[in-house]
Amino acid sequence: MSTIRCDIVSAEAEIFHGEAVMVVATGELGELGITPRHAPLITRLKPGHIDVVLQGGERQQFYVSGGILEVQPQVVTVLADTAVRAADLDEAAAQRAKKEAEDALASRTDAVEVAEAQAKLAQALAQLQALERLRKNLKH
Amino acid sequence: MASGREIKTKIKSTQNMRKVTRALEMVSASKIRKAQDLMKASRPYARAMRKVIAHVAQASTDFSHPFLIERTDIARVGFVVVSTDRGLCGGLNSNLFRRLLPVIREYQDKGVQVDVVAIGQKAVQFFRRLKGVNLIGSATHLGERPKVEQLIGVIKVVLDAYIEGKLDRVFLAYNDFVNTMTQKPSIDALLPLPAVAAELEAQHISGAALEQSHDWDYIYEPDAATVLEHVLGRYIESVVYQGVLENLASEHAARMVAMKSASDNATKVIGELTLSYNKARQAAITQEISEIVGGAAAV
Repeated sequence: MSTIRCDIVSAEAEIFHGEAVMVVATGELGELGITPRHAPLITRLKPGHIDVVLQGGERQQFYVSGGILEVQPQVVTVLADTAVRAADLDEAAAQRAKKEAEDALASRTDAVEVAEAQAKLAQALAQLQALERLRKNLKH
Repeated sequence: MASGREIKTKIKSTQNMRKVTRALEMVSASKIRKAQDLMKASRPYARAMRKVIAHVAQASTDFSHPFLIERTDIARVGFVVVSTDRGLCGGLNSNLFRRLLPVIREYQDKGVQVDVVAIGQKAVQFFRRLKGVNLIGSATHLGERPKVEQLIGVIKVVLDAYIEGKLDRVFLAYNDFVNTMTQKPSIDALLPLPAVAAELEAQHISGAALEQSHDWDYIYEPDAATVLEHVLGRYIESVVYQGVLENLASEHAARMVAMKSASDNATKVIGELTLSYNKARQAAITQEISEIVGGAAAV
């Protein structure tokens, strides 16, 4: 089976580097499934999960808080603002962040603060979703 | 010959100096590790970013962002100069400035105006005094853990000036950290991007060259303007940030080496002073004895 090189880097570290059969990411306009020889594409990423399907069907899951995805026929590059392996996500922290963001949204009126809180809420929700997906995957 | 007491004071003050330089050396030695970790951690991102940008510069897009267009007549160039906040780091800053000055003079001889954005106290002081150079922005006191947010202000100054056509070319000058003993003053092209891509090609950065040679363009989501603006902004931030981190590691390395040689020199001076102190003491004793003997003989 043909493969595509996949690099996931965040500002703090190199997260993943290797050959993949398929990469699934959450782009600004929706989910993207990238297989080898995909047409060149560049997009912003929404907070969400990135699934890397390795040769042999093994899946690796990552969470990104946003960033840039670049696709070339032979290589996928993810420039994440922050990225973590989904397994490293802390559910309690994500829940807390979600609650805090919701409280902030309810109590604040300033446009900038609201936008900030919304961004935080979106991140927290995406983290929780990534965890949910990871859990489902483990059960199978 | 100086008297014993005078030499003794000199020895004392040199010893105190050595204490200070030793302490500074030790402080830098511990800080350099942290700075190096920080620098290494963000290198993969910067590298991946440069690769993406090299690709973007090669795409034949209909959308023309000012960053992607090379201007033919250059009236004004900008330099983003990264320096240290504090001194006592050997020739680190002066080497960078010395490397930079001929480049600036060359542009000035061609009638090109030069603007400078200074990062770090030392660059601010230097370029404020330099004639014929405009200081258009500065950022100082970034601390031991510089954050990208601290740099956004000065970066915006440069980008806005470039977009408005006030700058036709932008360079980044900083000290590249090679290893503890070597720091290389570097001047990299920052804008426009074709200049960057040419530089990358010259350096044979792996992966920068694409296999496809025919005209191609990206699929942009949602559209070219939004995506490119975002990507290019991020790219400039990442390059400047990386420059700042490299310079920080260079600063600690240079200070460590400079302070080590200062301590060694102090040790040498103390040795010499001690020798002449002992000589003076012995001479005084000898003289006293011969005076006593001479006095006794006279009686």
